[in-house]
Amino acid sequence: MHRKTLIPWIFLAPALGTLLLFFFLPVAASLVMSFTDFDIYAIGKLARVRFNGLENYRRLLEDPLFWKALLNTAYFVFAGGPLTILVALLTAIGLNSRRLRLRPWFRLGYFIPVITSLVAVAVVWRYLYHPRFGLINYILSMFHVGSINWLGDPQWAMPAIIILAVWKNFGYYMMIFLAGLQTIPDYLYEAARLDGANWWGQFRHVTLPQLAPTTFFVTLMTLIGYFQLFAEPYVMTQGGPINSTLSVVFYLYQQGFRWWHMGYASAIAFMLFLIIFLLAMVQMLARKRQEAA
Amino acid sequence: MNLLKSKSPRTVLRDSARRPRARRLRKSLPVVLLHLVMLIGLLLTLLPFWWMVMASFMPGGEASTFPPRFWPSQWSLQHYQTLYERLQIGRYFLNSLILAGGVTLVSLLVNSMAGYAFAKFAFKGRKAIFTSLLASLVIPGQVTMLPVFLLLKQMGLLNTYFGIILPGMASIFGIFLIRQYLQGIPDSLIEAARIDGAGDLKIYWKIIVPLAMPILVTLALFTFMGTWNDFLWPLIVLNRQEMYTLPVAIANLMGEHAPDPELMMAGAVITILPILILFMVLQKYYIQGILMGGLKE
Repeated sequence: MHRKTLIPWIFLAPALGTLLLFFFLPVAASLVMSFTDFDIYAIGKLARVRFNGLENYRRLLEDPLFWKALLNTAYFVFAGGPLTILVALLTAIGLNSRRLRLRPWFRLGYFIPVITSLVAVAVVWRYLYHPRFGLINYILSMFHVGSINWLGDPQWAMPAIIILAVWKNFGYYMMIFLAGLQTIPDYLYEAARLDGANWWGQFRHVTLPQLAPTTFFVTLMTLIGYFQLFAEPYVMTQGGPINSTLSVVFYLYQQGFRWWHMGYASAIAFMLFLIIFLLAMVQMLARKRQEAA
Repeated sequence: MNLLKSKSPRTVLRDSARRPRARRLRKSLPVVLLHLVMLIGLLLTLLPFWWMVMASFMPGGEASTFPPRFWPSQWSLQHYQTLYERLQIGRYFLNSLILAGGVTLVSLLVNSMAGYAFAKFAFKGRKAIFTSLLASLVIPGQVTMLPVFLLLKQMGLLNTYFGIILPGMASIFGIFLIRQYLQGIPDSLIEAARIDGAGDLKIYWKIIVPLAMPILVTLALFTFMGTWNDFLWPLIVLNRQEMYTLPVAIANLMGEHAPDPELMMAGAVITILPILILFMVLQKYYIQGILMGGLKE
């Protein structure tokens, strides 16, 4: 270990400088902006900015579009999140089976959607969802399911985005579950079998409890990630039809960068932060309590 | 009697042969089922990519037919040609390459220097700074978007490569990963070099960087892929057409060329393929990255 010198600071300077300029100061600036009427005129002339206290937040709470966006995002998070985790877990269990052949190839194949550009695959899925020519309705028609207007029907647009998100993301969590599954010692399963536990019993009393830390981590990651929904509605629906896929970040983008209501958009950003933070807290407390019990 | 006698051993033999086979069948049925389910899942996962590649080679209009075609009636490179000759896809590709490469190289240098300082130097405030960096990981990136945009505008860096590279120079997670890795390297190596008269810069460059190579490759891969695939930030900072990255260009083409699925699929292939190849080659490092703490783009 080296002692008191300037040298560590020289090594730190580029990173800390960058983070200060492009992260910490902007967080503070964003908070200040959220208490102002910063708009397109202010961009030209900073002197026009006026503080307006909590006005942005008050308006936000009365803004039906914000509530709509929040509700849509919650739908996406609380339906899409658990679905993603479930598919990831089931696939990981399948992959973990010692009797499965060609495991590395299965793993690779299931993982490919994760690394691809979200915009590119959203474009692909837009065509897959085409009501007349799309592959998805074609496959469904083989099972005698009538044609669904996936992206054009306000009832179906969000489920369509959820299906895309599950497909795109489950491979990532599958990998994490797989690593978790591989750390469960065999003797636990042997003991459960000796106690007469069948497949389901082993799953409930060995696999799930042993995976609890992994599941906690995965849940937290999905929660934070899914709350930032943006590119899917941007590419596939532009928030429509009738705002059924408008998400919080998409609304922030519209307010901030389309209409230059930057004060108002900053308030949206902080509400997003607050919600994510509170949900993460709730989850961590639940986990603590579970561990204590 | 004689007949019966001659028959019974064969029956016994057949019986004993049948019973294990039945048992084997009962045992292998779940295995067959497992393979079947996993295979169907795999096909469904890869089907969108299959269709994307096939449609990109179809003659115009063939991807909008019912029932859908699973391969082209004749192979056509026409859409790739249009993208290249008329729609400047080469330029967008180059932008993506420069930005992803630039952010990766610069951030690797900056983050590894900081990681080295946190791992191997004792200085006042080390713990406090490091802890506050980690704590700020909970702040979603969208919070900083508006002020950083205004800052870049003030600096005249909108629609320049630096508008992406400068804010991407340091990443808290990158610093964290490198620090964790370097803490596992014994101090004696550094002390020995110091006794041999090596300066701090030489130690960093000749000892730390080579030793940290595995984690640096992992981080480089994640940074490159993350920057290549990033959408929201380049959408905001690069709004002049000649500065578009591939995802921004594709999203924009969608507005104009939505009725040309074949063309759009060719664009999607060009966006996905480089990353796919990179991933296939460096798969091992990527998976290590996931397992080291849930890296994500």
